[in-house]
Amino acid sequence: MSARKTLAVLLGSGLLLGTAQLSAAPTASMLADTCAGCHGTDGASTGPATPSLAGMSEVYMVDSMKAFKSGERYSTIMGRIAKGYSEEEFKLMASVFAKQPVATTSQKTDATKVAAGEKLFGKNCEKCHDEKGGLADDDAGILYSQWLPYLQYTMEDYKAGSREMPKKMKKKVDKLSDAEIEALLQFFASQQ
Amino acid sequence: MNKINRRSFIKIAGAATAASAIGFPMIAAAAGKKQVVIVGGGTAGATAAKYIRRADASVEVTLIEPNKNYYTCFMSNEVLGGERKLDSLKFGYDGLRKHGVTVVHDTVTAIDAKGQKVTTQGGKSFSYDRCIVAPGISFVDNIEGYDAAAAAMEKMPHAWKAGPQTALLRKQLEAMADGGTVLIAPPPNPFRCPPGPYERACQIASYLKANKPKSKILILDKKDKFSKQGLFTQAWDRHYKGMIDWVKAADTGGGVMRVDARTGKVFTEFDEYTPAVANIIPAQVAGSIAKVAGLTDDSGWCPVTGKTFESTIHKGIHVIGDAAIQAPLPKSGYAANSEAKVVAAAVVDLVNGREPGTPSWVNTCYSIVAPNDGISVAMVYNLVDGKVAKVAGSGGLTPMDSSPEERAREVQYAYSWFNNITSDIFG
Repeated sequence: MSARKTLAVLLGSGLLLGTAQLSAAPTASMLADTCAGCHGTDGASTGPATPSLAGMSEVYMVDSMKAFKSGERYSTIMGRIAKGYSEEEFKLMASVFAKQPVATTSQKTDATKVAAGEKLFGKNCEKCHDEKGGLADDDAGILYSQWLPYLQYTMEDYKAGSREMPKKMKKKVDKLSDAEIEALLQFFASQQ
Repeated sequence: MNKINRRSFIKIAGAATAASAIGFPMIAAAAGKKQVVIVGGGTAGATAAKYIRRADASVEVTLIEPNKNYYTCFMSNEVLGGERKLDSLKFGYDGLRKHGVTVVHDTVTAIDAKGQKVTTQGGKSFSYDRCIVAPGISFVDNIEGYDAAAAAMEKMPHAWKAGPQTALLRKQLEAMADGGTVLIAPPPNPFRCPPGPYERACQIASYLKANKPKSKILILDKKDKFSKQGLFTQAWDRHYKGMIDWVKAADTGGGVMRVDARTGKVFTEFDEYTPAVANIIPAQVAGSIAKVAGLTDDSGWCPVTGKTFESTIHKGIHVIGDAAIQAPLPKSGYAANSEAKVVAAAVVDLVNGREPGTPSWVNTCYSIVAPNDGISVAMVYNLVDGKVAKVAGSGGLTPMDSSPEERAREVQYAYSWFNNITSDIFG
């Protein structure tokens, strides 16, 4: 991110008020750049499993990081790293990724499953995961073109109860078979 | 006739400045663009080059690196295990050129801190406003008979700089007969990639278990403890029971003291060994140009400030990556990448006359201990009283009791880390 953009972000989020405490906070890009080693430059992951953050809404990302930090949301490694930051820092990081376009990946998917998933998507998911899971305004995770192993891990965690599903989602998911869920995930992963 | 072209205008303006402000030192820089010269195109140097251009495309960045391709040291243990081809670790510099970095393939022979000038073997000279030095490591002759510049390296490869040395060690492993011993001699602290020798033992054991199951691995350490020790010991017991024997320095009087490359013998203070394959990893210091440029202290590494990694010996020169005294940050690929971004932002601020901002660093380090078993360590760092410090409560290791499913995920995240960090560095 350019210095001008960084300044714009800081002004936009009302952080350039000149208090002593704020002058010591790292810039949004300083914080967000530390994520790139695992999540890709500007949050566009090259896979195969670490999710892209590009285009994710600020609200969703801050909520996720807080849940990782508290342990409310299960993770292998993200929780250990989340413990190093304040909520204010999560907001700064999230402001960078929210400005990026949703990343497009090229993954091997099964055409039959993708077609089945598309039908299920319209009936079950579209209300909260609009634009094929790519609309940040939904304040839901970015599913559009997201890496398939990550989507699979996420559903495994939901089903195992190590991550709590929103109530509306649980109602839908409980009625879907494993094969139907896999078809949905393949549908999201296949988007380009 | 009175038309003034850009060059003559600059000359005139320069003369006027010189006449009116005697002693103003940077006439050339005032007229031209800001120049940053980066010495070394590994993880730290290449990242810094890219991120300076991303932050301020008006800054001219010249990266000087002898080799046309870089082989990442990270993931090279998988080449030894047979899981990966050496070519998958190879990266060129076209990605950096696309960001507008001038890449010069030459060897830096001198850095003149007072004159702000870098000179090369090819006879070229580069002026800079800020210089970033990222030379990685060089080896110390701490083991008698193992002269890093001589034939011993070809007989008993260190494979601690990836490339031909990695290929050579793999070839020796493929050629050895079943029932032989692979001797690994890890270096003393501090050294590049602290968990590396122990992940290497896992990767080699994985190959031997499948192909030469009567073989053994003997690790004769220069230390009494090592990184991720509990997790590695657990992995050795879990996947390679009875195959790997680690001997701490205290039990051998200091690990490997001498080798005889001609006979293939390896000596500790009291014993001698004749391994089928010997992987001797010498002690390390900063890459040699750091010493030539007077950037090292008695330890052989480069002292730097915490905030901008500017040398505490020579102003205007920043040292990043393995060569810097950066503790508590480790000498890892992730740390080098993270330091490079902090320094890139600082250098852009400094050449534009601004005070550098507050830094933030992360390290994440994966080790693949078996085909579906990965472990990691992570940490967040900030600046406290001008020094790099661990953020209390952050980071830590993979839990000892994590499930096989979790370990399998960590392997997939390790591969993701490799793909993402290499595209962040070179892409």
